Amino acid sequence: MTRILFFLFAALLIAGPAQAGIDETINNFTAPIASFIGSVVFFKIPVAGANLPLVVLWLVVGAVFFTFYMGFINLRGFKHAIALVRGDYADPNSAGEVSHFQALATAVSGTVGIGNIGGVAVAVTVGGAGATFWLIVAGFLGMSTKFVECTLGVKYRNENPDGSVSGGPMYYLTKGFEERGMVGFGKFMGTFYAIGIFIGALGIGNMFQSNQAYVQLNTVAGGALDGYGWLVGLILAGVVFAVIIGGIKSIARVTEKVVPFMAVFYCVFAIIVILMNFSSIPAAIGNIFSGAFTGEGVTGGALGALIIGFQRAVFSNEAGIGSASIAHAAVRTDEPVTEGYVSLLEPFIDTIVICTITALVIGTSQVADPNFAGEATGVAMTSAAFERQIGWFPVPLAFGALLFAFSTMISWSYYGLKGWTYLFGEDQALQTVYKLIFCAFVALGCVVQLGPILDISDALVFLICVPNILGLYFLAPVVKREMQAYRAKLESGEIRRFKH
Amino acid sequence: MENVVLLAVDGSDGSDRALDHAIARAKQGGAKVMVAYVIEWSPYSFNTPEENATRHKRRETEIERATTEIVTPALKRIEGEGLACDGVVRHGHPAETLIEIAKECGAAQILIGRRGHSGLKSLLFGSVAGNLIQTAPVPVVVVP
Repeated sequence: MTRILFFLFAALLIAGPAQAGIDETINNFTAPIASFIGSVVFFKIPVAGANLPLVVLWLVVGAVFFTFYMGFINLRGFKHAIALVRGDYADPNSAGEVSHFQALATAVSGTVGIGNIGGVAVAVTVGGAGATFWLIVAGFLGMSTKFVECTLGVKYRNENPDGSVSGGPMYYLTKGFEERGMVGFGKFMGTFYAIGIFIGALGIGNMFQSNQAYVQLNTVAGGALDGYGWLVGLILAGVVFAVIIGGIKSIARVTEKVVPFMAVFYCVFAIIVILMNFSSIPAAIGNIFSGAFTGEGVTGGALGALIIGFQRAVFSNEAGIGSASIAHAAVRTDEPVTEGYVSLLEPFIDTIVICTITALVIGTSQVADPNFAGEATGVAMTSAAFERQIGWFPVPLAFGALLFAFSTMISWSYYGLKGWTYLFGEDQALQTVYKLIFCAFVALGCVVQLGPILDISDALVFLICVPNILGLYFLAPVVKREMQAYRAKLESGEIRRFKH
Repeated sequence: MENVVLLAVDGSDGSDRALDHAIARAKQGGAKVMVAYVIEWSPYSFNTPEENATRHKRRETEIERATTEIVTPALKRIEGEGLACDGVVRHGHPAETLIEIAKECGAAQILIGRRGHSGLKSLLFGSVAGNLIQTAPVPVVVVP
């Protein structure tokens, strides 16, 4: 089976060059689809001169509500989250099971992607420096949303007959509503979510990633890859194919090991660049705060900056989308709420740390030279900001972007797969069909331009937060009870530290 | 301290020689032999989501295999000599986990076979016996 697929794939690789101009054809085809989906999902209402997409309002209200309802768990739970990740409460008898650290690391490698490098640049271009402020606020509030969804992800997961687990919003929506006697509605919501995450996995977790990886590679190659998007796409798709269908674990394992080092490497060099732009730091930070409340030069003013900031933050940390709860559901714990605590750290690492650092790299460069990036946007803009100070950095950055993109694609291929198996069952042949579709979209992502791709993936990801957050409202009392019971056990000493 | 010796096994030739030594030592002093096998594992490694989802099942398989292939045969030999014994299989950092087990069963001594790695190899991959010698709270006997 695998071999036949491989030959099919090789044939595709050879047939590619025959279709010159394929990039343009696909672009012409996808652009109208993108604008249609975008206009439906981002239905906007005019508020005080700015256009507020209802779906962004939906996310903000949700995040604010969960922050208050859970009693500022994003602040109060932070210390306990770190203790859990360090393994302070890990029972030695369950050694060998998925640890809190591993579940977090897997989920983080799914969220830390191109969005942290390129998405922030898009936010700053469209929403001005002030968007950064709202991005951080959104990251902070998003921690509470994550807490709720990841607790539910573990609590309502399915244990399959083969001993593996399947969890995520489709399961907590179905079972949670079932508990409340709304069987049909729960099924509808679960199915809606499963379809959404499947399609979303092809967008945010796939096409956007491969597209930006290609853009950065092309920038580094000095435009030598112009028109060869299909080739880069096919190679990328081939490697993804080897991992998710060929089962070549070594590639995945190497990537999962290298990605955290890349993230640290990226942050260290970003901080170096920020320090090299030392004299611009006060002005850049000033711009972030003044822009946040005045929205100078931004369509829609301060509200415009807020909308862009929130939109990009969700795009990066996925709070409210529910995807990460699929990864977190694999952890082995008697207390689902412990995984909620751990997941708090995800938006923190992703948005509050990494995105903010990127924003400062761009911000300080802009202060020093407003035109430093020329016409470049996305990853290319971030790359230009690094290049101003460290000439050779775009090369490792391209490599890093490629790895980030790759690990995000691997994680999202699993999220999409879980949506797919929820819909069609755990049948192996059908799972292979899904994986083939996924690989095809990896290649497609390198061919279409950034505009339509961003629009499609944005729209799809925001679409699935509608059923997810609705479910979270209904199930929040369950999480609150779990949290209070857990706290009581901590205080009474029933749950104790194993390490001191 | 109880009269227990902890025998670390890994299925290698060195570990077979350590088993012989443990039997001889237990016969002399009438000690009970605790046979331990540690599956190398770290809670801080990075996995793909698919690996995490199937981890629980794999852990059970790993424990079962170590028990049937390595620990149970060793226990049978010790029992055949008419000695008291017990076995344990656990995941973790090898040296640290062995020390934990030694503390739990109140072992007076830890016995371990030597792998006989060259200097470079043990420099690269570390050596469980070497680690134990440096960190164990009880005497360690390394059987050549």
